[in-house]
Amino acid sequence: MTSSAAQTLAGATGPRRGSLLSRSGGLRTGLLLLPPMLWLGVAYLAALGALLVTSLWSQNDFTGDIERIWTFDNYRQLWDIPVYRTIAFRTIGIAALVTVIDALLAFPVALYMAKVASPRGRRLLVIAVLMPLWASYLVKAYAWRGMFSEGGLIDWVGKPFGIHSPGYGLVATTITLAYLWLPYMILPIYAGLERVPDSLFEASGDLGAGAWTTLRRVVLPMAFPAVVAGSIFTFSLSLGDYIAVTIVGGAGQLIGTVVYANVGTANNLPFAAAFATVPVVVMLVYLAAARRTGALESL
Amino acid sequence: MNDGRLKAVLRALTGVVLLVVYVPLLLVMVNSFNVDRTFTWPPPRLTLHWWNVAAHSSGARHALLVSVEVALLATAIALTLGTLAGLALRRTRFFGRNVVSLLIILPIALPGIVTGIALNNAFRTMLGLELGFLTIVVAHATFCIVTVFNNVQARLQRLAPSLEQASADLGAGPFTTFRLVTFPMLRSALLAGGLLAFGLSFDEIVVTTFTAGPTEQTLPIWIFQNLFRPNQAPVVNVVAAVLVLLSAIPIYLAQRLSGDVVSGAAGAH
Repeated sequence: MTSSAAQTLAGATGPRRGSLLSRSGGLRTGLLLLPPMLWLGVAYLAALGALLVTSLWSQNDFTGDIERIWTFDNYRQLWDIPVYRTIAFRTIGIAALVTVIDALLAFPVALYMAKVASPRGRRLLVIAVLMPLWASYLVKAYAWRGMFSEGGLIDWVGKPFGIHSPGYGLVATTITLAYLWLPYMILPIYAGLERVPDSLFEASGDLGAGAWTTLRRVVLPMAFPAVVAGSIFTFSLSLGDYIAVTIVGGAGQLIGTVVYANVGTANNLPFAAAFATVPVVVMLVYLAAARRTGALESL
Repeated sequence: MNDGRLKAVLRALTGVVLLVVYVPLLLVMVNSFNVDRTFTWPPPRLTLHWWNVAAHSSGARHALLVSVEVALLATAIALTLGTLAGLALRRTRFFGRNVVSLLIILPIALPGIVTGIALNNAFRTMLGLELGFLTIVVAHATFCIVTVFNNVQARLQRLAPSLEQASADLGAGPFTTFRLVTFPMLRSALLAGGLLAFGLSFDEIVVTTFTAGPTEQTLPIWIFQNLFRPNQAPVVNVVAAVLVLLSAIPIYLAQRLSGDVVSGAAGAH
């Protein structure tokens, strides 16, 4: 709502062209909102609704045409056919594993950036973490295809230690996903830790706690909401991914690959739509849980 | 944080993580000079041959052009719609405010396959459209609005309304006030939001594969389709190396723009 001062001003200067806009805050808001809401409503919200509707339609097995007959069959198939159930749980498991790996890797980096590095070093580290974020997502996944390849860099480095590349598969997919989303975990934790005043750590030390105790009892609890905030990115991005698994996953299947195959080659859009609702439901549950930790405010 | 040992451990871990972050990117760079067509390490010999081949690859060049065109159009739409939404929500406290914010964030918050398949289904099944250049632009603009909106909103929150009130007081209409007062104050926020939108669109592949159709190729789609072809692998390596090098540009621009790189990245996804 426009402040009352502005209303008085608009009134005082008298009627003029466009004064309608400045006088009525509600109308102004409405007119400004109309184009973006029309776009998002038509191009997106309607599309999401249509997706839900399509998932309740069926597919003619012979012609491949979508038949507008209401049915829960697509959802029943998801649950009844063990392969799809396995793929769904596997995807959620990998997303969770990726999130844990990223949290473990990101925490020391973020802590070092926020509390140990000099201001100059901190600036450079922020850039060093951000740079890969701008490097093409596809190129990064492709880079790991090179890393994991037979006789590739991992094989070469691991040879003296008897370590072999895991080859293309779910292990490679997990590592690649953890690599791709790591900056999304580092940055929120860094931002969260930077807000914690140093005096808290000093107080903990003054009260007799060693550095490790301070880390465990003070730093970790304070960083937790930021970790949850970061995990929303890593978890959601992993759930919906199908590029990385296609590039380094070998024959491994995740929700994304099944959905993609059903839109393209298998051409069963209703089933693809039903399967695509799985990550949405999982994310909604996850967001609801994250909300309780207060993590959403620190996003 | 005065324990020397803890600091040393943190420093070492940070070093290791950053090493793991940069090694694959360096590998891409080195591989673009690799004589061999495979990823075998170490490369037997280095050559500039593939860079020359890539420079003459019409497929890659055409895809690059499409990517730039899509990104420019999507950014232009996102700038318009994101600015309007940001201005509308300024100092307003109406009940739908959170709904509007949610609606703007949703296309990027939901997994890419969901946004992709929803748009694919809407374009093909519901509207009966052919997938192509236009559908890519619409899809990209939809998830790019949020970066502009976030930047505009953050800027507007810090601006006092007094300048605009003074402008109105001096007899300027709302459009003149926007042109002469509000817009100049928003300019760097719009640049930052536009930069993010461009980067987001230029790099996007998941939603794009669902909305591109068989004829149009953006650069990421071109890379993805040529990735598994042994003949094209060296050219893909060069394109990948170029993209890694190009990623320094937005970082440099963001630094110049504000020096506040963290807030810029927060809107990146």
